Amino acid sequence: MEQIKTKKVEVRNLSKIFFQKNSSFEVVKDVSFDVYDGEFLVLLGPGRCGKTVLLNMLIGTETRTSGEIHINGAESGKPSPAMSMVFQKKALLPFKTVMENVELGLKFQKIEKEQRRKICQKYIDLVGLHGFENSYPHELSGGMQQRAGIARAYAVSPDILIMDEPFGALDAQTRYQMEEELLQIWEKERKTIIFVTNNIEEAVYLADRIILLSSCPAHVKAVFPIELPKPRDLFDPEFLRIREQIETQTDLSL
Amino acid sequence: MDEKVKVEHLTKKYGDLLVLDDISFSIKKGEFLCIVGPTGCGKTTFLNLLTKIIEPTSGNIYIDGIPADPKVHNISSVFQEPSAFPWLTAEENIEYGLRIKKYDNKYIKEQSSKILALLGLEDYKNVYPRDMSVSMEQRVVIGRAFAMNPDLLLMDEPYGQMDIKMRYYLEDEVIRLWKVTGSTVLFVTHNLEEAVYLAERVLVLTNKPATIKTEIDVGLERPRKVSSPDFVEIRKQLTDMIKWW
Repeated sequence: MEQIKTKKVEVRNLSKIFFQKNSSFEVVKDVSFDVYDGEFLVLLGPGRCGKTVLLNMLIGTETRTSGEIHINGAESGKPSPAMSMVFQKKALLPFKTVMENVELGLKFQKIEKEQRRKICQKYIDLVGLHGFENSYPHELSGGMQQRAGIARAYAVSPDILIMDEPFGALDAQTRYQMEEELLQIWEKERKTIIFVTNNIEEAVYLADRIILLSSCPAHVKAVFPIELPKPRDLFDPEFLRIREQIETQTDLSL
Repeated sequence: MDEKVKVEHLTKKYGDLLVLDDISFSIKKGEFLCIVGPTGCGKTTFLNLLTKIIEPTSGNIYIDGIPADPKVHNISSVFQEPSAFPWLTAEENIEYGLRIKKYDNKYIKEQSSKILALLGLEDYKNVYPRDMSVSMEQRVVIGRAFAMNPDLLLMDEPYGQMDIKMRYYLEDEVIRLWKVTGSTVLFVTHNLEEAVYLAERVLVLTNKPATIKTEIDVGLERPRKVSSPDFVEIRKQLTDMIKWW
């Protein structure tokens, strides 16, 4: 089993310190982990623990103080088309329709209009926005906007999808619905996903493996492989037991 | 009868749009009541009516048998976004409502030090909101609300965006404040687990136009355990009532 897994991402001894005039502030401390091909990996950490800084280093929009990141075996430092991202807040362009938003990445890659429309239509259909191609973001609900964001991330067919608390701004019920849908999409289009959240229940519902981060500065506190079959039952005693086990190991950041 | 709050035939229309349809219920003195309902069912309108920020189309709200009136009754609110006054320290924020109501200084100080102690924020009483974390600011706001010994305390998803460990901590804290002050609390949430954890009774609203679908008594001992079979059973029951997908 161990041999067949190929490493997609290797993070080694990653640290980030922000320096100010007379002080320094350590946000990420010696973080190492691997992400395997096709894996659904969840980075779980309490509020304001440094998760976003860690992600930004991963995608290359933040410099590192020390450490290494290898993607597909090669050292990575800059943003690359191998990765695409779904953001916490709606990062759709308000003056563009759903279709225009979803096709942005492909447009920048200079793919012909006809072809990129075809690709985008596929992902718009996949996230359940069929019929809303020509709607503007403000005409959509929060959940639908997040769906458009997910379609946009998938459209460039990235190797790795990074999701930074994509459902954080949704209410609890919409959130459950979106979690279900995301799993269905993931089953259909196997991608490596790195999903960041502070919600333990969401993590246990989605993850193949959970990497639990400490409170700030973030370092890896524990790793939990979750072997329950998907889709998982939120009320299953085993599910609740795992949740509780992770919860007791989570830091409280008052 | 120890009925503290009585809502009778509450109805709200915006033009032709019926948002709340004939809602009647009562809250007992010192009760902790949670309200849950599907997204967009009119919960916010409902709360705004109870605070008397907006007037109902028909129906009325009574506190201690008198029509609810912010000039007569203490009605406190806590919102999802922390709303501490930025120009006041933690202590001054907590004392704010008491000063408006012109209580004497000795009582105000007693009350604020009691609340600060309950929150464990004695060392932070001179801190301004800009130097607080979101959760600390929200705790100050909650303290400010409880300091009034409100006749009715309305809470609108105060822990919406916090991580779960923090939520558990704050939920235990709100229960502690509620028990000590004996306040009557109406707590709105999307999070069914939170509702079952906190409430003595849960009211379930329907889709818009909102009416009361049913109510559930949560007769569990405190502190409650989210993984206990009884707890899970009630939560499941609630989920089935609200699930639309």
